Amino acid sequence: MATTVLPRATTYSRSRVYEWLTTTDHKKIGIMYVASSYLFMCLGGLLALGIRTQLAVPNDTLIPNALYNQLFTMHGTTMIFFFVMPMLAGFANYAMPLMIGAADMAFPRINALSFWIIPVSGLLLFSGFAFGGAASAGWTSYSPLAEAKYSGIGQDLWILALLLNGMSSILGAINMLVTIFKLRAPGMTMLRLPIFVWTVLVTAVLLVFAVPVLASGLVMLFIDRNYGGSFFDPAAGGDAILWQNVFWFFGHPEVYIMILPAFGIISEVLPVFSRKPLFGYKAFVLATVSIGVLGFGVWAHHMFATGAVYLPFFSAATFLISVPTGVKMFNWVATMWRGKLRFTTSMLFAVGFLISFLIGGLDGAFAASTPVDFDITDTYWVVSHLHYVLFGGSAMAIMAGTYYWFPKMVGRMLDERLGKVHFTLMFVGLQLTFFPMHLLGLAGMPRRIAEYAPTVWQPLNVVATIGAFTIAASMLPFLWNMFTALRRPADAPDDPWDANTLEWATSSPPPPYNFERLPEVRSERPLFDLKHPELRKPATAAAVVVNPGSGH
Amino acid sequence: MAATTPQVTAGAHGHAQKGMDTALMGMMLFIASEIMFFAGLFGAYFTFRGQAQVWPPQGFEVEPFPLPAILTVILVTSSFTMQYATIAIRRGDRTAMNRALAVTLLLGLIFLAGQLYDYSNLPFSIRSGVYGSLFFTMTGFHGAHVLGGAIGIFVVLSRGVSGQFSKEHHVAVEAVHWYWHFVDVVWIALFFTLYFLR
Repeated sequence: MATTVLPRATTYSRSRVYEWLTTTDHKKIGIMYVASSYLFMCLGGLLALGIRTQLAVPNDTLIPNALYNQLFTMHGTTMIFFFVMPMLAGFANYAMPLMIGAADMAFPRINALSFWIIPVSGLLLFSGFAFGGAASAGWTSYSPLAEAKYSGIGQDLWILALLLNGMSSILGAINMLVTIFKLRAPGMTMLRLPIFVWTVLVTAVLLVFAVPVLASGLVMLFIDRNYGGSFFDPAAGGDAILWQNVFWFFGHPEVYIMILPAFGIISEVLPVFSRKPLFGYKAFVLATVSIGVLGFGVWAHHMFATGAVYLPFFSAATFLISVPTGVKMFNWVATMWRGKLRFTTSMLFAVGFLISFLIGGLDGAFAASTPVDFDITDTYWVVSHLHYVLFGGSAMAIMAGTYYWFPKMVGRMLDERLGKVHFTLMFVGLQLTFFPMHLLGLAGMPRRIAEYAPTVWQPLNVVATIGAFTIAASMLPFLWNMFTALRRPADAPDDPWDANTLEWATSSPPPPYNFERLPEVRSERPLFDLKHPELRKPATAAAVVVNPGSGH
Repeated sequence: MAATTPQVTAGAHGHAQKGMDTALMGMMLFIASEIMFFAGLFGAYFTFRGQAQVWPPQGFEVEPFPLPAILTVILVTSSFTMQYATIAIRRGDRTAMNRALAVTLLLGLIFLAGQLYDYSNLPFSIRSGVYGSLFFTMTGFHGAHVLGGAIGIFVVLSRGVSGQFSKEHHVAVEAVHWYWHFVDVVWIALFFTLYFLR
């Protein structure tokens, strides 16, 4: 065979800082996404601790009311736009090209741009604290509260930060879609895509279609505030409900943007640690796609109490979308059923996800029922529900994903004992914090209040505050675990979990070009097929001879 | 890994590719997201229109003739010249492409200048109530997109003049041409919505 001998690439020294600042490698960018998201998680967590400290005592005057409003606004905005979304984008960035056997994303430089927008927009958002107060109209920024009459410059910074952040999301989503459509390895058909890749695909579609609608709302709000527009201020002939419609047309797909990749992570972790393929792969794909489609038709269930939306349709659509979600729950439980379960930390977080997300899904069904919703709207029931799905759901899956992919990302194993301490504290803290909020909601406590009279609300709030500090404490063994792991020499094997997908078919961490050789792809578990040639169907046996082994 | 020589047997960019070009697919998806941005603005417009007793409000009756109609003809014509530029380079005719791109750029700039002139003659501003806000936000953002498209045309024109495009390699022209059609279609929707569909 004729070969062309390429001159060996000369190595020239560049500082590692420069290397990271200028990289277009999807793996490095993915790691930077994850690291920056954990940083923002800690910031958002500190804001939450401020809220919980204030609420531990009735009639507390520790935090002035104006600052309290900034705390919960910035907490919500940070956790959604700067923790969960970029974190999942980070995992997608890191794992998705590896899983489909690509060498990088379709547009590596746009990928770097998408990442670097995040810290810049985060800085813009938080700079509000330095300019006379950050945004304080809630993460939903309902008008007319968010108009110039009632909100200061922090609100403008919030708008600009989210516009930038949205640009990052749109560019990232386009990049993901083109990568999935164009750069799959030979044999990697759409119905052999790892399920995480499917969830990333549907999420990216949601981002492309939902985020620009938020941008249009933000632009209108900005014009209202700075150029004398009158879109959302009823006093000037505008329509306050219009903001809610525009915001939630983005905001509800956003909910699925934050949970679908989390579903994907769980659907990778559970089969690996149950030693079984995912139960009902095609049903799962179909459920993911239907959630994506139905997700655009349920936004007004956030607005039942306005009286301005057609209740029967949006209530029915909301119940309908719980069906594919229920299908997934069934897929996961059936995957574990009679599996050879291994309770690694990653698996524990996945099981913790199942429990918490089930609770979050069930209490969401109450809110979907309009008569019940009229009673619990804007109470702590809603706070409980959204934290059960976002913290109990997305964040638990993010933890599962972190323990799962950390060895691949940095070539070092995380300590399992510390991991189990982390899981126990976090899971207990999560239940302690958010379960009492159901009861608070039923007892009528409204969300977003800074003070309350000493009533039955107090003990429940104390429990929630204890829980919040337990969650904060759980982060300490976790951060210590990562810190010590990074100081150890690289010890992770290529495939520490005996996994199924292609990212484990290369070294840990992978070389810059990802794969020296790709295994054949004949199912959604190409690595499993490679490790178990005895399970191949006779029809495909001939192919084994043609392409023997992959060097593992 | 046992092997020491980096031997890339399956690289992302080595996979046999069929179907739409990668960059062009990126542009299509970007246009999809842009359409959703304008959908948000149109949604706001029709929300207010649906609520109003009289629409447009008194004193806000914008006239389609003569200037907006002339500008519409100019922008639609520019879509045809843009299409001609693309067809020309698909044939490999660089000169015709460059000329058509230059004409398209000129028409786009005339449209923008005409719109600015139109703005200066309107009896209302972005501050005069809901209709003023809607009118200037929608046409203003459309104008900004025309400017973006014109910058894109300027880039491909200067690349075309330096001979960077050929029959086989001209994906940037294809991408800009799709974007320009998108900008044109949005204007047609705006023109009929703001001036006729009252």
